[in-house]
Amino acid sequence: MALMRIRAIAANTFREAVRDKILYSLLFFALVMIGSSVLVAELTIGEFLKIVKDVGLGSISIFGVLIAVFVGIQLVNREIDRKTVYTVLSKPVHRWEFIVGKFLGLGSTLFIELAVMTLGLLVLIAVVGSQFAPELAGAVALIYLELLFLTAFAILFSTFSTPTLSALFTLSVYVIGHMSNDIYRFGQKAEAEWIQVVSKIVYYVLPNLEYFNIKNQVVHNVALFPGQIGFAVAYGLIYMSIVLFAAVVIFERRDFK
Amino acid sequence: MDIIRIEHLHKTYRTGFRMRRQEVVKDLSLTVREGEIYGFIGPNGAGKTSTIKILVGLAHATSGTVSLFGEPGPRPEQKARVGFLPERPYFYEYLTAGEFLDFYGQLFGIPGDVRRRRADELLERVKLSAWRDTPLHKFSKGMLQRVGVAQALINDPELVILDEPMSGLDPLGRMLIRDLIVGLKAQGKTVFFSSHILSDVELICDRVGILVDGRMRGEGTLDELLGHKTRFVEIVVRPPQDKLERLRADLGRVAMEVSVQGEERLLVRVQDEAQKREVLARLRDEDVDIESLVPRRESLEELFMDELSRGGAAVVSG
Repeated sequence: MALMRIRAIAANTFREAVRDKILYSLLFFALVMIGSSVLVAELTIGEFLKIVKDVGLGSISIFGVLIAVFVGIQLVNREIDRKTVYTVLSKPVHRWEFIVGKFLGLGSTLFIELAVMTLGLLVLIAVVGSQFAPELAGAVALIYLELLFLTAFAILFSTFSTPTLSALFTLSVYVIGHMSNDIYRFGQKAEAEWIQVVSKIVYYVLPNLEYFNIKNQVVHNVALFPGQIGFAVAYGLIYMSIVLFAAVVIFERRDFK
Repeated sequence: MDIIRIEHLHKTYRTGFRMRRQEVVKDLSLTVREGEIYGFIGPNGAGKTSTIKILVGLAHATSGTVSLFGEPGPRPEQKARVGFLPERPYFYEYLTAGEFLDFYGQLFGIPGDVRRRRADELLERVKLSAWRDTPLHKFSKGMLQRVGVAQALINDPELVILDEPMSGLDPLGRMLIRDLIVGLKAQGKTVFFSSHILSDVELICDRVGILVDGRMRGEGTLDELLGHKTRFVEIVVRPPQDKLERLRADLGRVAMEVSVQGEERLLVRVQDEAQKREVLARLRDEDVDIESLVPRRESLEELFMDELSRGGAAVVSG
């Protein structure tokens, strides 16, 4: 029974995202960017294929985040903010089912649009006469994990915050998440010991999104560490579950004004 | 059985940065009996919607008890027997009417073929069959309200809770909703709805609860609240123009109230038999014909305005 409800909510979320025109605009620009990697490669000194892969993966990552924030997050935020949620939550639906359903619906949407962008990149690579490298799929898979990760945070923020703030917080998580390593290193170089301690704590608590980033290694054909992908997946799934659990707890207690 | 029973309900919201406390529901108690239409009335901001949100599980009570179908609630098993339409509903606008009803049907766990059949029946009932495949963002406000009522009935609920179902509708729309509510009662369902359109409430409700500033000011049947007694009698006369002013002054000394209607008529209000006889005698003497004579009892609106202007907690219960 719970499964039917979760599936209904997930399917509904997916349908809403897919009917959102913003999704298609962003997707279009993503494909344009990927296509433009050929131009960039022509104009730059350096290995042609490497640049295509680099720009391609970079575009997928950035547009993935943009879609996750502006389509996905807006969706959940808008729903809670605009009271569309009233009719759903007054039905025999548990609040956690709602959160999980939303998450799965957004995850499916992200999956589809990542698949489209990746297909575009693969087609391009085939056209410029190279072969498909399985590491590319690995890089995209981790990008997908990162997007799911951000989506979990977005859902968490939307359970207690306004749409605008939620989007801002989520983008902050993205930025800080990629600066995590730097924060740690700078902290360790500081004179005062308390700064060293604080930066260590901050480093371990805040998400480190660089774990999901193997783009450079893939582009430059550097071997991955053994278990690197396994670690990233485990880290992502565990951290995400904690975030979603927190979202459920907050959502359960919430009154709707 | 009492379908809804609320006892000593309190609700306090904390708002703003400084977490200022705002008490919106104060010691509210009411009961709704099986098979009746209960009108929950009060001015804007009285706490009607807050009470309803607690009933359907959108907000948590600060203290007090709520029971649905005789059990403490609201619990998911009870929600399965309730249909709810919120005030000024926002719906998933990208869905068609059919998809919309199907979605809510799924949330109740209704199997596919039953869902489809019920959706068709309900769309027919709210006269939206032709719009089954039209996305909701193309619906007018009245149509959204009607499809919202359809959504509230998709699970064939025993209790239907509607928050301001008539708000923003034109007279035809209001009539449709009124007829629908009366039809639900005929099916044996219980209807609890809030409104500030008192004439609608007066037309269809069995019992009424009056809420002002978070507190119940009265609860009971219309007869109990308004009384069987005639409050006054209204007599309309059309005297010849030259007699009008004089007659007005003359009757004004005898009757409760005399006013000029338009330019040719007098409306005379008398509050007891003695006044009525005196007025009729004077009219006969002046040889003035009576156009109409109508006994009136206090309307719900008048009772309501009385309660509003009264500061204290006057309680009339039944």
